[in-house]
Amino acid sequence: MNNSTLLHIFRFVILVLVQVVVLNHINFLGYINPYLYILFIVLYPIKNNRLLFLLFSFLLGLTIDMFSDSGGVHAAACVSITYLRPLILKWSFGSAYEHNSIKFNTIEFGTKLLYISILTLIHHCILFLLEVFNFSEIILTLQKTLFSSIFTILLCTIVTIIFSKRSK
Amino acid sequence: MQQILNFIIRNKAFLLYLLLFSVALLFTIQNHSYHKSKFINSANFVSGGIYDQLNTVDQYFDLKVQNENLVEENARLRNQIEAIETTTDSTFIDTTNFDGSFLFKPTRIVKNSYSASTNILLIDKGEADSIKQDFGLISPKGVIGIVDKTSDNYATIISILNTKSRISAQLKSTNHFGTLTWDGKSPEFVQLIDIPKIAPVQVGDTIVTSGRSVIFPKGILIGTIEDYKLDAAENNYEISVKLFNDMTNIEHAYIIEHLDAPEINNLLNLSNEQ
Repeated sequence: MNNSTLLHIFRFVILVLVQVVVLNHINFLGYINPYLYILFIVLYPIKNNRLLFLLFSFLLGLTIDMFSDSGGVHAAACVSITYLRPLILKWSFGSAYEHNSIKFNTIEFGTKLLYISILTLIHHCILFLLEVFNFSEIILTLQKTLFSSIFTILLCTIVTIIFSKRSK
Repeated sequence: MQQILNFIIRNKAFLLYLLLFSVALLFTIQNHSYHKSKFINSANFVSGGIYDQLNTVDQYFDLKVQNENLVEENARLRNQIEAIETTTDSTFIDTTNFDGSFLFKPTRIVKNSYSASTNILLIDKGEADSIKQDFGLISPKGVIGIVDKTSDNYATIISILNTKSRISAQLKSTNHFGTLTWDGKSPEFVQLIDIPKIAPVQVGDTIVTSGRSVIFPKGILIGTIEDYKLDAAENNYEISVKLFNDMTNIEHAYIIEHLDAPEINNLLNLSNEQ
């Protein structure tokens, strides 16, 4: 039980609470909600136990599912981006990401935005495909994915900027 | 054997991912079939409690509107009582008004939802208040949904804004009935399908519950006809219904218990078996 473990548990609880208490009720233009809770997966340390990370993100998704009565759609989307994260890290930071441990508040803005955007788009795509669960409504699915992604990316970037300033 | 073990160890992350993804998919599929979401729902101690706390704060913000709605309903009920009192003749009992088989219980909606395609609400009454599956839920202005899962103190409601919701409804002016469904698009409109072509449908007509199921009594308000067209087979109308309820702003509601429901269901089952 060291400091960073506590930080992650704290972050887990706060993100879930913010998501279910505030963000799930925004419903901008009827259906657009930001899903800030994926910040837990975005900010999870790069050197990690992969199995434990998968289990944590499953738990995160399932907790959100329990609050929003959505079966297992958030859990499925969460484990998918967790599994794909090493690949996405490689795309956005180059293959060097494993050697020099990247700190999220030192990398430049462009790469950070790219990294968050890829994760968010994959997550939302799986989330809304499973939520609508109907290929004949593919336009509606893509619409929801696109608009919610914009909000999520915006909010995630703002939150990371605000909270990284403090720790410098 | 050694090779199999090696394979498992080498791909353990992928295998765990597959396992977790399948479990999540299983929950999702269960959630998409009616009355099957067994494990993960918000009618439990933790999420129910949090939503309850949140609602106690939240409800102050639209106290005024909710009060106005209740006052409006009180006024309407008062008018009805007045009308009954003036027309009732002690020597004559009108049996068509004699309908004591429904019980109404007030409740509060602690979690509303209208932006997903399978919207589920949460109310603050549960098994402790003898709420069971398939009880109806209405607001002062119209139908809201049907009770799905119950815990001790909470129950989840399948909203009419849920693509798997099916409620029997009819035209108010005639007895042509159909099924109320939702296409998942706008929280203001629901779709009434299977109304026969012969029915006199007109824009602006009122749609009410049909009372053919054992959930809602006949004549609970739903909405007005906004638009209609023939369906693909050209035998039935597909009607777009504008709801009386603003589903994005509901707080106080009534649970309807049909006291004769077990008896009616028993009878129907018996006839079906023969």
